[in-house]
Amino acid sequence: MSTKEIAGKAIEFDADGYMADYKQWDQQVAEALASDIGITLTDAHWKVINFCRTDYEAQGDAPTLRRITTVGGVPTKDLYQLFPKGPAKKVAYVAGLKKPSGCI
Amino acid sequence: MFEDKERKLCIICSKGTLDMAYPGLILANAALMEGIDVTLFFTFWGLDIINKKKMNHLKFVPIGNPSMPIPNSVGGLPGMTNVATAVMKREIAKLDFPGVQEFLDMIADAGGMLYACKMSVDMFHDMHMMNTEDIYERVEGVVGATDFMEMSEDAQIIFI
Repeated sequence: MSTKEIAGKAIEFDADGYMADYKQWDQQVAEALASDIGITLTDAHWKVINFCRTDYEAQGDAPTLRRITTVGGVPTKDLYQLFPKGPAKKVAYVAGLKKPSGCI
Repeated sequence: MFEDKERKLCIICSKGTLDMAYPGLILANAALMEGIDVTLFFTFWGLDIINKKKMNHLKFVPIGNPSMPIPNSVGGLPGMTNVATAVMKREIAKLDFPGVQEFLDMIADAGGMLYACKMSVDMFHDMHMMNTEDIYERVEGVVGATDFMEMSEDAQIIFI
């Protein structure tokens, strides 16, 4: 567990480097986290992020990439373009969720 | 966090049964999700995985498998392969893993490269077991073993 100042807020991170409490998250935090990993958020990114947060609240786990595609309606190709080289983990990171545990 | 890696993975798929097709597909997809460069090489019976006529009908064979909880005398009864295949497909779907064709689409959409082995394609063609037209469109090409050696330079290789 560590605390870092993100967008003017003291945010706690877990041992994996993901936000420890997804309730500390807001839009400014997401933008700062995204810029940390070289991503500038567009509406297409927000669609994915919002789906992931809603799904996390309902399911208690960060959605798998396949779930973002089949339930969230975002094609695989788009996910790899929006969050290159590691889309599932990068989305979870920016959305303030725990590291995803799914294999797909 | 998320530092750029230069990791490359090549997976050789040499088996065409349902239970031997999934490990390669799952690992390829997982590697792509981790930002790893992936090449899949389908050889011998593994060609069934990218054969349009067969890819969605791969079977799980219960006979000759000591891990199965039923004896060979039962596993070898007529229809048992279809029953075992149906059960495995149902379990795979329950875990939200796609069918073979959809899985290949996902891998190709994620940037994975699919290749068929030339020697195997020639041999199966000669035996009237498949034509080059049967190869799935998402496959980049039919290449030889030496081409594979070039492609897999500096890559980690998994043989299934």
